[in-house]
Amino acid sequence: MGATIKWDEVEQGQELPAAEYQVQRVNLVMYAGASGDFNPIHWNERFAKSVGLPDVIAHGMYTMAQGGRYVTDWAGDPAAVVDYGVRFSSMVVVPDDDNGATISVSGIIEEKLPDKRVIVVLTARSGDSRVLSKARAVVQLV
Amino acid sequence: MALNRDFIGRAYSSPAPYEVSRLKIKEFAAAIGDSNPIYRDSEAAKAAGHPDVVAPPTFPIVFALAGAGEGLNDPEFGLDWSMVVHGEQRFTYERPIYAGDQLLCTSTISEIRSVGRNEFVTVRGDVTTVDGEPVCTSFNVIVERGGAK
Repeated sequence: MGATIKWDEVEQGQELPAAEYQVQRVNLVMYAGASGDFNPIHWNERFAKSVGLPDVIAHGMYTMAQGGRYVTDWAGDPAAVVDYGVRFSSMVVVPDDDNGATISVSGIIEEKLPDKRVIVVLTARSGDSRVLSKARAVVQLV
Repeated sequence: MALNRDFIGRAYSSPAPYEVSRLKIKEFAAAIGDSNPIYRDSEAAKAAGHPDVVAPPTFPIVFALAGAGEGLNDPEFGLDWSMVVHGEQRFTYERPIYAGDQLLCTSTISEIRSVGRNEFVTVRGDVTTVDGEPVCTSFNVIVERGGAK
């Protein structure tokens, strides 16, 4: 058990490789079922527009999960994440077409902590919007 | 209508233990599009040093608000769910969640504040095993748009 990244081999300010995640309507339907969040703004375009949204939007937790996936893929072990928090600053609009939306995630090592931990700050964008802010994870390296 | 500040500090316990299953973890991992074998193959998880398949970091959202629903849905609290959006979310982990865990969550309405026309409610969820071992803590901020007017 444990991360595959060595604390000694990372530096403060180091950028992590960026990644892109596609999200289509079917992903939101699956996420609704898996999470139990069936709010129709995440799958029903007619309802979403009736409450003033531009279209169906992704669950905030779906976007947070993509950031989590980004960090666990980098660290090499989901158990290495000891703290993970985000603010939902903008919505991910998911059109009903063959492409859906793209969530682009990048990260930087903001600080090296004692006990071989690091703070990774994430940036997540979709279209022109920053969809997560104050997104940070504390990761236990080896 | 402003939310009822009398609810600050009230705590609610999950009605029954939440039993984490391999299938639920697999379903959740599939839903977030994560193909990591550690989420779906117990042999792969064991090879990586875990007792069984591991849950993704955001998995606790599946059950962490179950207890708080009793308070948040109380008509005396005054929350209009049709105006609610998720503002912030944070998890701190004592250890990963594994298939087979039997978990309890105590949810506390820890803060209510007005920012402009919106009401911000912080719900803290303390997750333990049925034996009392701390597992993780969830901090959930929900925003009621227009609630503070």
